[in-house]
Amino acid sequence: MKTMTPYDAIGEALAEEMRRDATVLAFGEGIATKRHDLVAEFGAARIRNTPLAEGIIAGTAAGAAATGLRPVVDLLFAPFLTFAMDELVNSAGKLRFLSGGQFSFPMVALAMTGAGWGVGAQHNHNVEAWFAHSPGLKVVMPSTAADFKGLLKSSIRDDNPVAFFLDVALLHAPGEVPEGEHLVPLGKAAIRRPGSDVTLVSYAKTVLGCLAAAETLAADGISAEVIDLRTIKPWDEEAVLASVRKTGRLVVVHEASRTAGFGAEIAATVAEKAFDALKAPVVRLAGPDAPAASSWVLEQAFVPQADAIAAAARSAMARSMVLATA
Amino acid sequence: MSKDPTRPSPAELLEKMQLIRSFEERSAASFAEGRSPGTCTCVGQEASAVGVVAALREDDLILTNHRSAGHLLARGADPGRLMAEVMGRATGYCGGKSGTLHVSAKELGVILTSTIVGGELSLAPGVALSVSMKGGDEIVTCFFGDGAACEGVFHEALNLAAVWKLPVLFVCENNEWQAFVHRRETMLTDDIASRASAYGIEGRTVDGNDVEAVLAAATEAAARVRATRMPFLLETKTYRLRGHFEPDDQGYVDKAELASWKARDPIAALRAKLLESGALTADAATAIERRVAERLDAAFSFAADSPWPSLDELTTHVYA
Repeated sequence: MKTMTPYDAIGEALAEEMRRDATVLAFGEGIATKRHDLVAEFGAARIRNTPLAEGIIAGTAAGAAATGLRPVVDLLFAPFLTFAMDELVNSAGKLRFLSGGQFSFPMVALAMTGAGWGVGAQHNHNVEAWFAHSPGLKVVMPSTAADFKGLLKSSIRDDNPVAFFLDVALLHAPGEVPEGEHLVPLGKAAIRRPGSDVTLVSYAKTVLGCLAAAETLAADGISAEVIDLRTIKPWDEEAVLASVRKTGRLVVVHEASRTAGFGAEIAATVAEKAFDALKAPVVRLAGPDAPAASSWVLEQAFVPQADAIAAAARSAMARSMVLATA
Repeated sequence: MSKDPTRPSPAELLEKMQLIRSFEERSAASFAEGRSPGTCTCVGQEASAVGVVAALREDDLILTNHRSAGHLLARGADPGRLMAEVMGRATGYCGGKSGTLHVSAKELGVILTSTIVGGELSLAPGVALSVSMKGGDEIVTCFFGDGAACEGVFHEALNLAAVWKLPVLFVCENNEWQAFVHRRETMLTDDIASRASAYGIEGRTVDGNDVEAVLAAATEAAARVRATRMPFLLETKTYRLRGHFEPDDQGYVDKAELASWKARDPIAALRAKLLESGALTADAATAIERRVAERLDAAFSFAADSPWPSLDELTTHVYA
């Protein structure tokens, strides 16, 4: 193991994949300015700065992907993806299908998001559910340094367009990354902490809140299982259903706004497929249906925190006791 | 390196244009009879499609827009498979999934028909980037209209292609109509090619209803792009003689303007010129019409008799 930040893990993933495959290239708003080492190793043709024009960055990636390259594009902040929606959703996501499988779109779009930098709602907006709702796209949102590296490598090798979201609160926090080749498959959740009483499902920074909550709950004799989805689409239904069938209780946690957030999909799927196993109603903890504020206190209050997660888990426990005695 | 294209004879150009015209008119008639969905035809714009495509090499790549039948047929698309695609049949170029609005045909080097106005502009630089990264000498031709020239991505695409020195021949088929809005309502200038200088690239306009003039201009422009590896903006001035999307009674079209452009019909003009000069005999002109009719009879029968896609296709090709 070695210790590095997710930011550096991304650089390492890019370097390894570019070394391995000459069709991989990366371009975006300042990527060549920020990642000198990659420019030095791979040259200006494969690490390129672009104009501030998200639409053409994403469109160029789609055109290049359709014709044999594997581009990674840095679109900076997730709200900027609104300028690239046509290219990501209408082109990269749909044209494989519309062409009857003649073309594929192996590309990765990187975008930062989430509370942590006080940048406000035009730089901080967790939009992963938009892309999960768009056919043809995959959506990834890691929580650990190792996953940033391993999931990015898998995303680059994947033959489909991947929206890869970087939680800014995690980006510069060092973590452990395995030495050597490290791949994390898309669509596989990680059980971060095994437990038997209640399942906490999350992704990105709120996984850390779930782990902290699980620690508190353990002190009270409640055993919480923490599942990190890692990939939002395709999401690991099997892992979540297996856990819920074991614990009978589910708390879904994400920073994105509650209404039509991805937690709704998880809750609905569990209700459809594991209803009989539930001992208590599913609880969703999510950001409010409001834009993210810049002020530190408001920004932090937007994010479900460990104490709220622990409280939700306790309420699921209490509610199930009421149901059991009713 | 692939060979330069053989310059087609004027009679060959005429036959291609006639094939496109008849395909589009039969397509509209087929819709009126309830046999196929409505389409965005390119009637009136055949000289632009045929002239530009004739200037390209076989290995050059094409991206186009919702009026793509002309570009596809000029490129050698099988009208039967094209009509089958319009009709949503399994034998179409995309297995019936694209319909008329998104046809692509890898075997013809046609990467995309974008029905999102400007979508073709957003993908073209990336296709040219692939060519450049592989060290090829192919060029990428991107057909769009005056409507797409009003989209923001027009600016982004031309600017990036120029800055990155990408071999894209941008062809603006200025047909004066942006769906149901006349171009004069959407821009103060008449020329789109004049914008080229804003990006530091070359541009020119050509009479888009004169196929020989289009062929000459496109040959020169393609050669410039191939040699300099820089984009070029060619504007073909033409006119959409039918409505935006079938059916369309064109009640919103100024009758005098439409009549003036009908008098400049690119096919009638070429035929009259060739007959007058003796380059084409009346018998040869009749033979062209007969061949086109026979080909399209067979094509439309093939399409109508083709099977529907299996319902399993609803969810195939979503992911690789």
